[in-house]
Amino acid sequence: MKNKLNVSSDGLKNSMNVSTNWLLKRFPLSKMWNDHMAQYYAPKNFNFWYFFGSLALLVLVNQIITGILLTMNYKPDAKLAFDSVEYIMRDVDWGWLIRYMHSTGASAFFIVIYLHMFRGMIYGSYKKPRELVWIFGMLLFVCLMAEAFMGYLLPWGQMSYWGAQVIISLFSAIPVIGEDLSLWVRGDYVISDATLNRFFAFHVIAVPLALIILVFLHIIALHEVGSNNPDGIEIKESKDPWGHPVDGIPFHPYYTVKDLVGVGVFLFFFATIIFYMPEMGGYFLEHANFIPADPLKTPEHIAPLWYFTPFYAILRAIPDKFMGVIAMGGAIVVLFLLPWLDRCKVKSIRYRGGIFKKAFVLFIISFIVLGYLGTQPATPGYTMLARVFTAIYFGFFLLLPLYTPWEKTKPVPKSVTHEKTAMEDYSALVDTFDKMTVKQDPIKTSWGSTVTPVKPDAAGIKNVLIQLAKKLKESLD
Amino acid sequence: MKKIIYTFLLLLPLSVMASGGVKLQSVDIDLSDFDSMQKGAKHYVTYCLGCHSLKHMRYKRIAVDLNIDEDTVLEEIAPEGAGIYNQMHTAMDKRDSSKWFGTTPPDLSLIARSRGPDWIYSYLKGFYKDESKPLGVNNTVFKDVGMPNMLWKLQGTQTPTFTTVEGQEVLAYLKLTKPGTLSPGEFDTMVTELVNFLVYVGEPMQLERITMGKYVLLFFLMFTIIAYLLKKEYWKDIDS
Repeated sequence: MKNKLNVSSDGLKNSMNVSTNWLLKRFPLSKMWNDHMAQYYAPKNFNFWYFFGSLALLVLVNQIITGILLTMNYKPDAKLAFDSVEYIMRDVDWGWLIRYMHSTGASAFFIVIYLHMFRGMIYGSYKKPRELVWIFGMLLFVCLMAEAFMGYLLPWGQMSYWGAQVIISLFSAIPVIGEDLSLWVRGDYVISDATLNRFFAFHVIAVPLALIILVFLHIIALHEVGSNNPDGIEIKESKDPWGHPVDGIPFHPYYTVKDLVGVGVFLFFFATIIFYMPEMGGYFLEHANFIPADPLKTPEHIAPLWYFTPFYAILRAIPDKFMGVIAMGGAIVVLFLLPWLDRCKVKSIRYRGGIFKKAFVLFIISFIVLGYLGTQPATPGYTMLARVFTAIYFGFFLLLPLYTPWEKTKPVPKSVTHEKTAMEDYSALVDTFDKMTVKQDPIKTSWGSTVTPVKPDAAGIKNVLIQLAKKLKESLD
Repeated sequence: MKKIIYTFLLLLPLSVMASGGVKLQSVDIDLSDFDSMQKGAKHYVTYCLGCHSLKHMRYKRIAVDLNIDEDTVLEEIAPEGAGIYNQMHTAMDKRDSSKWFGTTPPDLSLIARSRGPDWIYSYLKGFYKDESKPLGVNNTVFKDVGMPNMLWKLQGTQTPTFTTVEGQEVLAYLKLTKPGTLSPGEFDTMVTELVNFLVYVGEPMQLERITMGKYVLLFFLMFTIIAYLLKKEYWKDIDS
């Protein structure tokens, strides 16, 4: 009996081997796995900022799966769309969860992508030889904006309707062909059923297809040149006797397990929003969008969703409508040009000159302030402020070619530097806490253990703050 | 606790809600109070459903969510002739209503999500006497509203007092000049029940969502801990 079992399990193994070999001889599965995972060497010093690439992929998968499930009950029809969304929320089993995963996922996508772009900008990941990776990434960003904009029309609420009305009317600002162009885009004189149907087609198939192809190109281009790292050095320049980069480690298993931690943390926050604050105070799901679209009633205040607001603020800052459209488009075009505007040889902000660091801080502030202003009504004071920050936004990019060739940089190390681990960060935090407090006499608690109470120490806190300020100043030099 | 809050609401000076029509009174919502929501549902059918549908809501769902058996829902809450699977439609014809009020009374399924509970609460309590309007009333939070005060019999009549601020006439406060069948405290409770029900209707699964959330978060917490330990194990050979 035992013997018989052994024979059959051997037989199974054998037939599995045969079929696997059959497959591998016809399809380069193991070659692909090795090229992109097991033998793809990534720098070993990736830090926090490097989680967002894999998270973007995770969110994309989430959007596609929940999106497919939503289309099963959604009706792209001006008469039915709004009600079908509420039908999903109430009568479809788990419909509310799927819908919230999709609506929260849209905002999460932009959070992740903005942080991913921020990473690219601070460590110079757009510089030679990764210009094409950056271009594909920017194309992804543009596609993502189109995807989000068209998807937002589908619930057919008041904000869906009037947001689309405002944005599409921007086309009519273009001289000569403007009016006809916006008519052609809408398929009607106002946003209507025709617009809803074509936006649905673009949202569920055309743009997602483009996104997937671009993600593929983005990753292939990246794996051809290799990943950048927080020190901005090329790990391929120093190799061990086996031809592997000294500072590199195989992506799988090291970064797959590491990214899994990032996935866990991300999903924790993602679930917190879905289950406890799906509207996110009106930023992820706008209050006015719970009113069905009404072409006869313009809402008092039309604001795009938060991820478009920096660009919307730039649009409104320019007094002339057509010039505003140009400026808004220009704000995205300058990002495409970044690899050629920045002439500095050093990649990472760690070793770059103080002038770039300060300019970059100003750019980040301008992006956030513009984002805030885009959510607010355009009062004269706010419009003035938006103009100032629009100037700073463009100033950052357009001044780059002037000073970066002569930037005073710091020496770049030959090998990657050590990245602090979570444990080291934690012990540094404990140290700082100790410095800021004084220990009191130990006291015995009622259950027998001794504890040492601490009291805040004014002098210690002052010292820590002074050191912090010094450090901040130093890091900007 | 509820008593304290109701007392507090009772003591709230009426001027708070009347100041310029912007400041809203806050309402105490408790979605675990099934009794309050059941009463709210009854009030809704009695006073609101005549004009305002709740077309995304089924009587069956009320029975299931608010823990009432189906027969009781049909007998005590639903209007004559409604079936348990029916949505809460209104009997009013759209063409008639737009002729009568100048506009069709909106469906209120999502009113708590678009306006918020405080707004509904302040709105329902904010009607005052204004002879210049076709329906004899105006509202503190919705100026020149085309809806009559459905609850006047219960609330009584509120008369406004105006003051002049920077040359403009502004509503100062409302005074209950003719008491209704309910005392102000009872009326506040009734409106709270109604708002409580509407908040529930806005998102019937919200309690389920919140209850489920902690298990999902616990799962992701455990997942992260295990993933972190796995990462540490693998990275031993890199970090050393």
